[in-house]
Amino acid sequence: MAEANLTIVRDGTARTREADSPRSLVVHFGPDKPLRLDAGVELAPFQIAYQTYGTLDQNRANAVLICHALTGDQHVANVHPVTGKPGWWETMVGPGRPIDTERYFVICANVIGSCMGTSGPSSTNPATGKPWGLEFPVITVRDMVNAQAMLLDRLGIESLFAVAGGSLGGMQVLQWTASYPQRVFAALPIATGTRHSAQNIAFHEVGRQAVMADPEWRGGRYLLEHTNPRRGLAVARMGAHITYLSDAALHRKFGRKFQDRSNPTFSFDADFEVESYLRHQGSSFVERFDANSYLYLTRAMDYFDLAADYGGVLARAFKDTPTRFCVVSFTSDWLFPTSESRATVHALNAASARVSFAEITTDKGHDAFLLDEPELFTIVRGFLDAAGKARGLNGKP
Amino acid sequence: MTMLTRTNRDLTMAEAARVADGGRVDLLLVADMVEPGSKVLDVGCGDGELLRILAERRGVDGRGIELSREGVNECVAKGLAVVQGDADTDLVDYPDDGFDYVILSQTLQATRHPRQVLEHMLRIGRRAIVSFPNFGHFGIRLQILLGGRMPTTDNLPYTWYDTPNIHFCTIKDFRQLCGVVGARMERAIALNAWGRRLRLTAPWWFWNLFGEQAVFLLSRQKANNGRRSHS
Repeated sequence: MAEANLTIVRDGTARTREADSPRSLVVHFGPDKPLRLDAGVELAPFQIAYQTYGTLDQNRANAVLICHALTGDQHVANVHPVTGKPGWWETMVGPGRPIDTERYFVICANVIGSCMGTSGPSSTNPATGKPWGLEFPVITVRDMVNAQAMLLDRLGIESLFAVAGGSLGGMQVLQWTASYPQRVFAALPIATGTRHSAQNIAFHEVGRQAVMADPEWRGGRYLLEHTNPRRGLAVARMGAHITYLSDAALHRKFGRKFQDRSNPTFSFDADFEVESYLRHQGSSFVERFDANSYLYLTRAMDYFDLAADYGGVLARAFKDTPTRFCVVSFTSDWLFPTSESRATVHALNAASARVSFAEITTDKGHDAFLLDEPELFTIVRGFLDAAGKARGLNGKP
Repeated sequence: MTMLTRTNRDLTMAEAARVADGGRVDLLLVADMVEPGSKVLDVGCGDGELLRILAERRGVDGRGIELSREGVNECVAKGLAVVQGDADTDLVDYPDDGFDYVILSQTLQATRHPRQVLEHMLRIGRRAIVSFPNFGHFGIRLQILLGGRMPTTDNLPYTWYDTPNIHFCTIKDFRQLCGVVGARMERAIALNAWGRRLRLTAPWWFWNLFGEQAVFLLSRQKANNGRRSHS
């Protein structure tokens, strides 16, 4: 299995296959339906790959949009076609889960700039017949959301019951409520913020520099030149992965334990368990992710600053919002600490929005939103139940 | 002193049933003061019991602030719009006139700056409702007078060295604070130790001596906006 994946990844043509012809539902937007990007250019034609779960009810009122994080994709609750692993949010989304696919029609689309079937730098540029590479325009969180809105138009869904997501997904949730307040009944931004902090931009820059320092990156033309900046991307992932955890979680899981040995080897092998773990995280990541997409998506997060789009006053982004919000943060998340969520909540209060805010105690760090956190599940379930009653959703579609 | 109409409605049968059922009479009295369908902010909402009563019985659009993480998460899981926050520091973020009522139920004595909290309540809401334990109750007076120790009661079980309650006041003290912040007292209720209302005709000194808890409905003094310094 691993060997087969490796073969696919090493072959540049095969690598663009999932990007151009994904094992997902796909909608195509022709030259008459361009995506107008914040960068000032139009993207057309382009495509969006997405997955759906559950059934849309007669009133088209029970649709829930899930927004995925930086390295996530549309495979929320099904086996991943590339890795063979379970969907990335199966603990949250599925039959009987907090986001219950027996009650809600769940949609998740791969974001613009990613590499799992929605147009991005590893997709084929229709103008040249070759992979876009760095010719792909730089995209923003708002571009991702505008593309999702076009997908919903195509699906005939005017109003979403809920939009939910963590991290970059949470940024999209907040952007949704600012850009399309009338289309969002309930919003669940988790482990996120309304802007990327200087520290977070700094971490991303280290990751990007690691990718670009790999000689196999070839100025972003690795797909054309049949190379792959695996080492650079793996190092980027290793660094980023540390920021998704916490000191306490690393200590609990690994401590200073040695990996398959009882004494140090006095070399630069992965003596420690934590080193071995990070190396594994890095090497498995490069099997499923495109290096240029990593550059584009980290950039989109860096550029995100919701208040800046509203004259520096965050509350204006939520002025007269009809949406009900449930903001969630985690005590040990140092990437998007509770103070970021609190700033969002303050702005929502100032805008007289209907907002709930819960901070969950955990040592699992930023990644807690993806993990088994019973309190998160209870909160999401309770919030959606109450919102469903308010919207007149009753039971199964 | 400002005009005051002490409320004279009695508990309905349903309310009485709930009280017998373990419901807190002070919450029902507070709920009774809220006009149906209004927008309410409950400061220090605990596990959300008052917000639940307000939503069910008065059709209120309720929001809450609660300091304890456990309380907040319990509320949010119940579908209530509650945020984790501190009455002393977070009320400043709320806009003027954002609510019809701002309620402070059994929380005044736990705030660091009761005066500022009350001023913010009157700024954020058109009306404020405050319920608090009366430290002028004769039982409390007797504990200090005869026992010579800091009082503890069924409602206030904490020892002096391990209590969240740092600013106790009497009914008389609270009335004085209302004057200081320019609050108009519209209605008031005092309950004795058995949860029964004291007679309306009783004088204030009687309330201050025999009322174990008090509930006040306040509004801004129309002529006096000069104290709204925190808006």
